[in-house]
Amino acid sequence: MKILNCPLNGPRPVSEFFYWGEVRPMPNPATASDEVWADYVFNRNGAPGVKKEWWCHTPSNTWFIAERDTEKDVVVRTYFYEGED
Amino acid sequence: MPWRLLRFALNKKHPEPRMFNFHEKLKSSYDVVIIGAGGHGLAAAYYLARDYGITNVCVLEKGYIGGGNTGRNTTIIRSNYLTPEGVKFYDESVNLWQDLSDDFDLNLFYANRGHFTLAHTDSALRTMRWRAEVNKHYGVDSEVVGPEVVKEAAPMIDISCGGHAPILGALYHAPGSVARHDAVAWGYGRGADQRGVEIHQQTEVLGIDVQAGKVKGVKTSRGYISTNKVLCAVAGSTPRILKMVDVKSPIYIHPLQAMVSEPIKPWLDPILVSGSLHVYISQSARGELVMGASLDPYELHGTRSTLDFVEGLTTHMLEMFPFLSNVKVMRQWAGMADMTPDFAPVMGKTPVEGFYLDSGWGTWGFKATPVCGKTMAHTVATDSDHPLITGFSLDRFRNYALTGEKGAASVGH
Ligand SMILES: Cc1cc2nc3c(=O)[nH]c(=O)nc-3n(C[C@H](O)[C@H](O)[C@H](O)COP(=O)(O)OP(=O)(O)OC[C@H]3O[C@@H](n4cnc5c(N)ncnc54)[C@H](O)[C@@H]3O)c2cc1C
Repeated sequence: MKILNCPLNGPRPVSEFFYWGEVRPMPNPATASDEVWADYVFNRNGAPGVKKEWWCHTPSNTWFIAERDTEKDVVVRTYFYEGED
Repeated sequence: MPWRLLRFALNKKHPEPRMFNFHEKLKSSYDVVIIGAGGHGLAAAYYLARDYGITNVCVLEKGYIGGGNTGRNTTIIRSNYLTPEGVKFYDESVNLWQDLSDDFDLNLFYANRGHFTLAHTDSALRTMRWRAEVNKHYGVDSEVVGPEVVKEAAPMIDISCGGHAPILGALYHAPGSVARHDAVAWGYGRGADQRGVEIHQQTEVLGIDVQAGKVKGVKTSRGYISTNKVLCAVAGSTPRILKMVDVKSPIYIHPLQAMVSEPIKPWLDPILVSGSLHVYISQSARGELVMGASLDPYELHGTRSTLDFVEGLTTHMLEMFPFLSNVKVMRQWAGMADMTPDFAPVMGKTPVEGFYLDSGWGTWGFKATPVCGKTMAHTVATDSDHPLITGFSLDRFRNYALTGEKGAASVGH
């Protein structure tokens, strides 16, 4: 069983978590062109690498960030979101 | 093993032809380079050679022939999709499947079993009626049937699914079939090889040389090749290749797992899919139960398999077929599925001149192998998208014109 470290609840089985994809800055919907918006809505960085991702511990509804190597499936670290860097 | 090989062994006077020719060296240039010797890449090579006389072609494969999703899939073939684009496309594929064994002189074990998509809820039944009407409109054999028809076709099923999720009806698709996946890759590969196409296994594409928006060549683990045309048919590795040509796409990779049981007596003729229980099953000619479930829940570029998967799958299987409780798991495995937001593929020309895509095949691309080969051969040979694939172009996302096929996906995702 794969274990993920929730910043609030500590190590928990991965089946308790929900994955919500890579953290991506949203363009301003009021000013973005159709093309920029489509790029944001649809396109993804699909290639493997160490990515910053949204995860949620569902029993406690805790959202946080995991940095994960998507080729090796190794979680580098997990922490609470503190705004864009 | 051929009897003549037993009789004459390696006697030079009676040489045994190889399935594929081995080529010591790569040439310095080809008219077309195909990346990926899965069913799709090899089918495109086959039709390029057979229908367009283009034979100065090489297929580059980093592993071995059919070792990607082609050799990992559960081989369900059907055409009861939801969108007009999808139905026409998959129907053409089902037509092409019919005489492939003859065409190749190789038994693909194409077995027409009939395919039931089970509905356990009113909303699922509603989608099935919709699908049946679209299907019939395009001449595809497809109808909504009651639970008694399911019970008759698969008498061992518990129609109430343990009381949790009673089966209310099903979408029945008589042409639904299974085939021997490896043989499909071998048949296309041998046919291409015999017509002069070079297949190079153990040869990885490491980069693509693009100058002024045009393909000029390919960097491989065995040296540089110049070419003006590259067809990318690498399924789960598509985003890595797209990075080489700097083209953005919505394709994302999640593993899809499957498993087979030990062989048992034949008891299940049709193919059964349950969207609500997220499982599907068929019985192979060898008696194994071939089973799958929904996509893994997060992105991963690897083919590890998990205990979570077999636990979930067997739990739901026992709801439908309680009598299987003593049957053993024989093997489990995974493939990397190249998913798209609308569950339709991404095919055709791209912003890079001479770079063609056959991708976004996710969990549903085995059935499309013949029609992908045909349409991509046309697209590469004529440098224009085949009419059957215009609904699948990469542009559709920029234009907010998706081809919504999710309602026809086999299991929930
Ligand atoms: C478990 C599972 C079950 C499935 N069940 C079904 C089903 O029932 N019905 C259905 O229709 N579809 C099904 N699918 C989907 C189907 O398997 C695929 O869509 C289809 O096989 C894709 O074929 P392909 O030839 O495009 O890709 P592949 O067979 O994956 O071939 C791509 C090849 O490209 C090679 N490659 C990758 N990168 C490089 C590189 N840089 N250089 C050189 N070579 C490279 C790979 O090694 C691989 O051999 C399933 C998939 C999985 C994983």
